Amino acid sequence: MFINFEENRPIFLQIAEMLEDSILSGAYAEESQIPSITDFAVACKINPATALKGVNLLVEDGLLYKKRGLGMFVSAGARQKIIKRRMDDFYLSYIMPLLAEAERLGVERGQIQEMIERGYADHGN
Amino acid sequence: MAIELCGVSKRFKETLALDQVNVSFDEAKIYGLLGNNGAGKTTLMNIVANRLYADQGQVLIDGEPVADLDRALSKVYLLGEKNLYGEDMRVKKALAAAAHFYPDFELKRALAMAKQFGLNIRKKIGSLSTGYASIFKLIIALNVNTPYLLLDEPVLGLDAQHRDSFYKLLLQKYAERPCTIVISTHLIAEVANLIEHTVIIRDGRILENRPTEELLAVGYTISGPAAAVDDYIAGKSLLSQSALGGLKTACLTGRPQTPLPDSLELGKLNLQDYFIQLMNREEHDNG
Repeated sequence: MFINFEENRPIFLQIAEMLEDSILSGAYAEESQIPSITDFAVACKINPATALKGVNLLVEDGLLYKKRGLGMFVSAGARQKIIKRRMDDFYLSYIMPLLAEAERLGVERGQIQEMIERGYADHGN
Repeated sequence: MAIELCGVSKRFKETLALDQVNVSFDEAKIYGLLGNNGAGKTTLMNIVANRLYADQGQVLIDGEPVADLDRALSKVYLLGEKNLYGEDMRVKKALAAAAHFYPDFELKRALAMAKQFGLNIRKKIGSLSTGYASIFKLIIALNVNTPYLLLDEPVLGLDAQHRDSFYKLLLQKYAERPCTIVISTHLIAEVANLIEHTVIIRDGRILENRPTEELLAVGYTISGPAAAVDDYIAGKSLLSQSALGGLKTACLTGRPQTPLPDSLELGKLNLQDYFIQLMNREEHDNG
C-alpha cells in the first residue's frame, strides 16, 4: 500500500478512492475481507481516524459491510456499482475537461477525433 | 480522562517560558505540539510530567493535580532529551529496569523492536550513537503503555528509514492500545497526517489549538498568472503570497469563490506551509 498522497485533496477521500480502485481491479474481491483500519493506518502512515473515515465512505455507499467481530468485507455487486457510478461521472470528469483543454490549445474537433482513433490503435484495440 | 493545563506559567530568569497556558489533551488522541525553538514545548511537557514545577496555575491529570500525585508517574511517560538510565548500564538491563518500573511494560515486544531497529542490546547506553540513543528511548516509550505518552522530538537524529519505522510502530501501538500521544517535532510534514489535533505554541502562548483538519480548512491556496491572482485576491483576506516569475501563489482564508476563473488553480493548505506563514506573520506583527 504505497499511496503518494496528493496535497490538494483530503486524505480520507484518497483512501476511499484507492479502495474503490482496488475493488475495481479485483485486488479486493467481492465477499472477501479487506485489510483492517490499523493495517491501512500503518501502511499509509495516517491517523487511524482518517483511515476509518475513508473506509466509512464506502460503507455508507454499500460497497463494504462489517461482519461483527471479523472485520470489513467487500459487498456483492460492489464492482458493478462502482463501474456504474464512474460511467455516470465519465462525461463530466473526462470529456468536458478534455474539450476545455482542447479549446485552450486551439485543437479542433477533427483533430480530437483523430487522436481518439490513434489512442485506440496505440492501446491495441 | 484528560491532561488539563489551567493558567500555567513558568519563568526562567528573564524568560517567560510559558504564559498563562490553557490547553487540554484528551483521551486516546494524537496531538502535534508545534513551535519554533524556544517556544515552550519542552517546558510544557516537563511540567506535565512533573519534572518541573509551574510558577502559576496547575496541571490536572484525570482531574487530579499532578503536583501532589505520586501516581502521575505511572500515568504519564515523557520521552525527552535526557537519558534517565546510567551511561554504564547495558540496553538489555535498562529495558528490564523499565519493565520493573512500569507494570504494563511489554518487554518481549521491546526486545523484538530492538532487533527490528538493529539496536545491539549488549551495548552500554553511553556508547550508543545519537541515532541509536534516540531509538533506545523510543523503544521504551512505545512499550511503557501509560495512558499518556509525551514525545519531545522523538525522531531527533534518526535517518529516513528509522523515522519511517518509528511512525509505523507508533501507529501500530496506538491502534492496538490507544492512548493519548503528544508529539513535538520540527518535521511537520512527516507528522501532518498522523496528528488528529494540532497545538501551535509561540513565545510561551498557545496560538492555535484545534483539529488538524479544521485548522487546514480555514483557508486555501490559489495559483496562476500573477495578474489573475492579483485580481482574485483583491478585497479578500490574504494570509501570504509568493511569486516565481510570472506565477503567483496566494494563501487565503475563507472559502474559494465559485466559479473560479479559468486560469487559476485551487489547492489545499498544508500544515507545514500554514505553520511557516503563521510564524512569519507573528514576527511581522511583533517586530
